[in-house]
Amino acid sequence: MEILVQLAILAFLLMVGYFAGSRRERRHYQSIMAREKHLNRLPAVASRVPPADGRYQQRLVVGNAVIANDYFKFFLAGLRQFFGGRIHAYETLMDRARREAVLRMKAEAQKCGAELIFNVRYETANLSWGLNNGMGVIEVMAYGTALIPGR
Amino acid sequence: MHNDILVSNLEIVFGKRIQKHLGLVQGSSVRAKHAGKDLLAGFKNFVGGELTAYTELMQESRAEAMERMLAQAQAVGANAVLNVRFSTASIAVGAAEIYVYGTAVVLAEE
Repeated sequence: MEILVQLAILAFLLMVGYFAGSRRERRHYQSIMAREKHLNRLPAVASRVPPADGRYQQRLVVGNAVIANDYFKFFLAGLRQFFGGRIHAYETLMDRARREAVLRMKAEAQKCGAELIFNVRYETANLSWGLNNGMGVIEVMAYGTALIPGR
Repeated sequence: MHNDILVSNLEIVFGKRIQKHLGLVQGSSVRAKHAGKDLLAGFKNFVGGELTAYTELMQESRAEAMERMLAQAQAVGANAVLNVRFSTASIAVGAAEIYVYGTAVVLAEE
């Protein structure tokens, strides 16, 4: 009897995780793609040497995002870790966090009138902290130097 | 508070030259999550998505680390901090450290 109750709870959590999680992920991707289109005008590059004409002001810009996986994906990833191989669920998690962080960085740069962002770097941290058995919670911080025309 | 100090993760500022290197300046901040917010985050964890409370926590932590680095830069008489880097470490259950460091310099007009 107790096992049945536990199984029912697990099934419920998996269903909630699956439906709510994939809906939220789809929406997040839609929002990411819409904003990316809008912010494509502001390129962010990894180059360390800024254009030499010197008509820019510099300013550090940062964006960050903490994204969590849903329960269903966590469960799938657990299975995958047993058999080995690609864990798609975690790939999208990292992808969403990185793109969101870059978008926030770009939004900050746009606010101060930047034309370019140089020397972009990422910093990733695992914030699972054993929360719900260490379910994937990650933070990505993106930073770079915004070049603002005029001095 | 330290708005007059230029902060950049590049190593050159065109139109300016580095008059003096003042060495490394750094700032760090360790923040723990709030138990009440954590409860909400725990629930949100089932459906996935952004944990806004944590995003804000890390932002506050970063601002504090930056503030400390800039205070140090001001204390040594710098007017710019170049080649700034961040480093994040999850040091214990519920606590993360943000560390920021860079080179303090005195910039002069070319």
